[in-house]
Amino acid sequence: MAQKVRIPTPLRKLTNNEEVVEVSAATIGDAISELQTRYPGIKERLVDESGAVRRFVNVYVNEEDIRFLQNQQTSLKDGDEISIIPAIAGG
Amino acid sequence: MHSESGFMKALKCRECGREYPLAATHVCEFDFGPLEVVYDYDRIKKSLSRAAIADRPHTMWRYRELLPVANEPTVGKQVGFTPLVKADRLAKALGVREAWVKNDTVNYPTLSFKDRVVSVALSRARELGFSTVACASTGNLANSVAANAASAGMRAYVFIPADLEQGKIVNSLVYGANVIGIKGHYDEVNRLCAEIAGKYGWAFVNVNMRPYYAEGSKSMGFEIVEQLGWRIPEHTIVPMASGSLLTKIQKSYQELIKLGLTSESSYRVHGAQATGCSPISAAQKAGLDFFKPVKPNTIAKSLAIGTPADGFYALKVMKETNSAAEDVTDDEIRDAIKLLAETEGIFTETAGGVTVGVARKLIASGKIPAKDSIVLCITGNGLKTLDAVNGHAGQPREIKPSLREFEGILSPAERALVNA
Repeated sequence: MAQKVRIPTPLRKLTNNEEVVEVSAATIGDAISELQTRYPGIKERLVDESGAVRRFVNVYVNEEDIRFLQNQQTSLKDGDEISIIPAIAGG
Repeated sequence: MHSESGFMKALKCRECGREYPLAATHVCEFDFGPLEVVYDYDRIKKSLSRAAIADRPHTMWRYRELLPVANEPTVGKQVGFTPLVKADRLAKALGVREAWVKNDTVNYPTLSFKDRVVSVALSRARELGFSTVACASTGNLANSVAANAASAGMRAYVFIPADLEQGKIVNSLVYGANVIGIKGHYDEVNRLCAEIAGKYGWAFVNVNMRPYYAEGSKSMGFEIVEQLGWRIPEHTIVPMASGSLLTKIQKSYQELIKLGLTSESSYRVHGAQATGCSPISAAQKAGLDFFKPVKPNTIAKSLAIGTPADGFYALKVMKETNSAAEDVTDDEIRDAIKLLAETEGIFTETAGGVTVGVARKLIASGKIPAKDSIVLCITGNGLKTLDAVNGHAGQPREIKPSLREFEGILSPAERALVNA
């Protein structure tokens, strides 16, 4: 049950500049907790005081926005790729 | 005089207020909030007056102090100051006292409002030492980045959904830009570009250059106010994709008030979307201050952003200014394109059809009172989205080169026009 997480530039200071890190989690929520254990401080960058994913953070599992899945309850399987991406402007 | 920062002071997170240096960076490291340029308004006030502006060339750069470049612009110096057309025939058709069309279908050089944001982004990119520029685009931005980069001698990579209108694809390729078609919709193009931007050291105009880029939209609002004789319109109707333009039009009005260039008055800034991609208007109509992302399905491809980055702020602006949002179907968009063309001789792309169609709805529902005056932001040219109206605008009547055949196809009413 291992997944790859792509770390966006603004968070790489916390991951020792690692662009991709591996986690082993059952859900997105678990993956965020695991990241927090390994890279303290990363969770508060991703979720707000109420525990919801921050409104300018987009999280994707295999290129699908988790808001079209089950948000933080979205389940993960072996080999899934998770991307964390800031919202960007129109064009 | 060379300057490092011009009239800018810093970048600042719109969410938490943390400040950052004036670099190519767009999100707050702490909460991912978008960064925005902070200006030194005291200094701007000493430099910018109606008289000073009147002496300058008719381009968007006549408001240079309020645009985020440190020195004189080097890219897109001719952009902007498009006509504000008094649209009496359209006003009559819409059932409103007075209507004006801010006509960016003839913006220079690529016939959309995107030339405004790109001239700022590329001028600033040069100041920051970049030689390669890039963008994620629904088409118009790609066209503008390609053309403006070509004239500036910069390398360009533009990323677009592969299924875009042919006109918009050719309009990027012709300038020699590297055009990458992504098999997916714009939100997927955007996601990929965020990842590419993180890896390649390019100036992505709507990613790491976004704080500068987005400010270019304000010039449309400055021009509207100046062209109305330094008066803020009662109603401005603005198309929404990411929602950025709407927030920047409102910001432009606020800045002109703050600087004393126009007087404080009540105004509304209404948002227009296509029903097939209406996350912001749906939220506004439901009274929510957040939106639900959608998967776009509309002919208004230039507005087809299902996860609008400035959606929260657009909702906030509409709430604070007591404005409305509305959306229109593909058929209503085509009808509105024809209405604008037939009443004012202006051929807009689908986004302009959205704006006109929404204005019609807001007037019909009384949300825009019939006694008021409106400005419609028409942001792009219809020649770029011919696919959308092809087959809906009628067909030419074909004949042999013979007078007899010509008169044979005329209706009795037309024949009566013999001396008209």
